[in-house]
Amino acid sequence: MIKHEQIETNAGLLIALTMIVISIGGLVEIVPLFFIEDTIEKVEGVRPYTPLELRGRDIYQREGCYLCHSQMIRPFRDEMLRYGHYSLAAESQYDHPFQWGSKRTGPDLGRVGGKYSNEWHVAHLLGPRDVVPGSIMPNYPWLLENDLPYSDIQDRLRALRTAGVPYSANQEEYEANVERFGEEVAGQLDILNAEENLVGQALNGNYDGNRGRITEMDAIVAYLQVLGTMVDFGQYDQGYFVEFR
Amino acid sequence: MSESQKQDAQKQGAVQTTGHAWDGDLQEFNNPLPNWWVWSFYATVVFALIYWVLYPAWPVASTYTKGVMNTITFTNDAGEQVETHWNTRALLLRDMQEGQHAVRSREYMEQVAAASYDEILADEEMLAFTRSVARGLFGDNCAACHGAGGAGVMGLFPNLVDDDWLWGGSVEEIQYTLAEGRMGFMPAFRETFDDQQLDSVASYVLSLSGHEVDAGLAASGNQIFQGEAGGCYYCHTSEGTGMKSQGAPNLTDNIWTVADVPGAQDHDARMAAVKKVIREGVVREMPAWQDRLSEDQIRLLTVYVHQLGGGQ
Ligand code: HEC
Ligand code: HEC
Ligand code: HEC
Repeated sequence: MIKHEQIETNAGLLIALTMIVISIGGLVEIVPLFFIEDTIEKVEGVRPYTPLELRGRDIYQREGCYLCHSQMIRPFRDEMLRYGHYSLAAESQYDHPFQWGSKRTGPDLGRVGGKYSNEWHVAHLLGPRDVVPGSIMPNYPWLLENDLPYSDIQDRLRALRTAGVPYSANQEEYEANVERFGEEVAGQLDILNAEENLVGQALNGNYDGNRGRITEMDAIVAYLQVLGTMVDFGQYDQGYFVEFR
Repeated sequence: MSESQKQDAQKQGAVQTTGHAWDGDLQEFNNPLPNWWVWSFYATVVFALIYWVLYPAWPVASTYTKGVMNTITFTNDAGEQVETHWNTRALLLRDMQEGQHAVRSREYMEQVAAASYDEILADEEMLAFTRSVARGLFGDNCAACHGAGGAGVMGLFPNLVDDDWLWGGSVEEIQYTLAEGRMGFMPAFRETFDDQQLDSVASYVLSLSGHEVDAGLAASGNQIFQGEAGGCYYCHTSEGTGMKSQGAPNLTDNIWTVADVPGAQDHDARMAAVKKVIREGVVREMPAWQDRLSEDQIRLLTVYVHQLGGGQ
C-alpha cells in the first residue's frame, strides 16, 4: 500500500493522483451527457444560422452584448410571463459557443426575434435612450457606419462545419440538408453560395433601412430578429417537453 | 501563542501532532476543527444522501435515478393528468395551473374572457384587474416603443394617450391592431416634386391645421394635394381628415405623429418638418402580437390601451 508520506514526498505521483481526484467530478457530470439520449428535445424548425445571421452573431460577440444579456429563459413562472416559452436545449444546438449566460444587466434576448421592428432595433442600437429613456445600454453608432466585412464568410462556415454544424460543402451534404431542412434553408446553408446568400438576404431584408449598403447593422439586426423564433410552440403539447427532463 | 507557549502546550499533549516527523524533529500540529463545523459538515452529507434518494441525481448507464416518493402531477394540453418524476419543467406547469397566483388570477381571467368589452368597461372590479395585469404586459412588450406611459416617440412610435387614432380607437379596431400588427406606409415624393412644389404642398398641409402660411403657395399646394401628381387626397381624403383604413392621419387637427411640427420653433422649422415627411415618405411597423401573446392577454391590453387614450 502507498503511504501518505510516499505521496507527499513524490511530486510526480502527487500531481498524477491529484489530477485523477479532481477529474472525477467533471467526468461524473459530463460523460453521462454523451450517453443519455433524452436531453435534447426533438423539435422541428431549428436550423443553423444563415451567413448574414452568423455575421450578426459574430458582431454580437465582438461587442460583448453577452456581458449584459443572457439568452436563456429559465422554466420559471415570472420568466415565462415576461419573455415567453422557456429555452430548449435544441434551440442552441448549432451555437458555438452558446450565449446562455447568467448576467442580466439588460433583459434576456432568447426570444427577442420578431418582438420589435427593424427600425426599433436600429434606433435602439444607435442610441438606446432615444427610445427607452432610462436605459443604461451603450450607444453603438459604428454599427451603421461600418460596412460589413464578409469576404471570409466561407471560411467561417467551414470552421463551424468542422464543429459539426451542417453547412454543406458538397452536393451530397446539400441533398442531405434538403431532406432535413427543406430546399430554401438548405440553399442558405450551402458554403459555396455563402457570399451570394449573405448579400441577397441583406438587400432583401433591408434591416438597417438603407438598401444601398450592407452594414454591420444589417447583420446584427438580422441575428436579433431570428432569436427564439425557429420553434413553433403552438405545435407541441406543453407536456411533451417535460419528457426530456 | 508564543513559541515557548506552543512548545509547552505540545509537551503537555494539549495540541496534537499529525505524527509526521521531518528532518528528525520537525512536526506538524493538528488543530482539530471546531465541533459545530464538523457536525455541520456531516449534516450536509446526510442532506445530500436524502436528496439523492428523493430527487433526480445520479446518471446510470443511459438514464438516471429519478428520485422516489416525489412526483408531480400536471394537466397536459390534451386535458390528461400526467404524473412525472420531479423536474423543473413539470413544476412550472403545475405552478402555472395550480399555483397561488394562477388560481387567484384565473377566476378573474375567466370572468374577463367571458365578458364582452362593454361589460368589462362598465365593471369597476374587472377594470381594476385588467389594468393591473395589462400594465405589466404593456411594460414588458409595448413600452420599449410606445414609452412606459404610452406617450410614444415623435416620428417613430405613435402616442397612445391622446384621442387621435391612426387606425381607429374602437375596441375592435384596437384589438385588430394588436393581433395583426399594422404597417404605416406613405410613399416618398422625393422624385415627384421639385422644391417649389414641395414648398406649396407643405404650405397647404400646414394651412389645414390653421397655421399662417403664404396664401399663394397654399393655393397651388391645394391643386397638387387634390390632383393626380400628388394623390394625397387618395389616403388623406380631399378634406385632409385622414382615412383609418390606410392608417393615414388627420392633417387638420394640429396633432402630429410623424412630422415634428410641435417641436418646431418657427415657420421655417415647421415647413422643414412637414417637407421632410413628404420628401422621404414613411414606413412604420407595428408588430403583430397574436403569436406572442394569448388571446386573453390581447383582450386585456385592448381594454388598457382603450382606457389610456380617448378610446372610441
Ligand atoms: C451595459 C449593459 C448592456 C450592454 C453591453 C448591451 N445592452 Fe442591450 N440592454 C441593456 C439594458 C439595461 C436594456 C434595457 C433597456 C433598454 O431597452 O434599452 C437593454 C435592452 C436591449 C434590447 C431590448 C430587449 C427587450 O426585450 O426589450 C435589445 C434587443 C438589446 N438590448 C440588444 C443589445 C445588443 C445587440 C447589444 C450589443 C451590441 C447590447 N444590447 C449590449 C444593457 C446592455
Ligand atoms: C417595435 C415597436 C412597437 C412595439 C413593440 C409596439 N408597437 Fe404599437 N405601434 C408601433 C408603430 C410604429 C405604430 C404605428 C403604425 C403606423 O404608423 O401606422 C404602432 C401603432 C399602435 C397602435 C395604433 C395607434 C393608432 O393611432 O391607431 C396601437 C393601439 C398600438 N400600437 C398598441 C401597441 C401595444 C398594446 C403594444 C404592446 C403589445 C405595442 N403597440 C407594441 C410600434 C410598436
Ligand atoms: C398611400 C397613402 C398616402 C398617400 C398617397 C399620402 N400619404 Fe401622407 N401619410 C400616409 C400615412 C399612412 C401616414 C402616417 C404614417 C404613419 O403614421 O406611419 C401619412 C402621414 C403624413 C404626414 C404626417 C402627419 C403627422 O401627423 O405627422 C403628412 C404631413 C402627410 N402624410 C402629407 C401627405 C401629402 C402632402 C401627401 C401627398 C403629396 C401624402 N401625404 C400622400 C399615407 C399617405
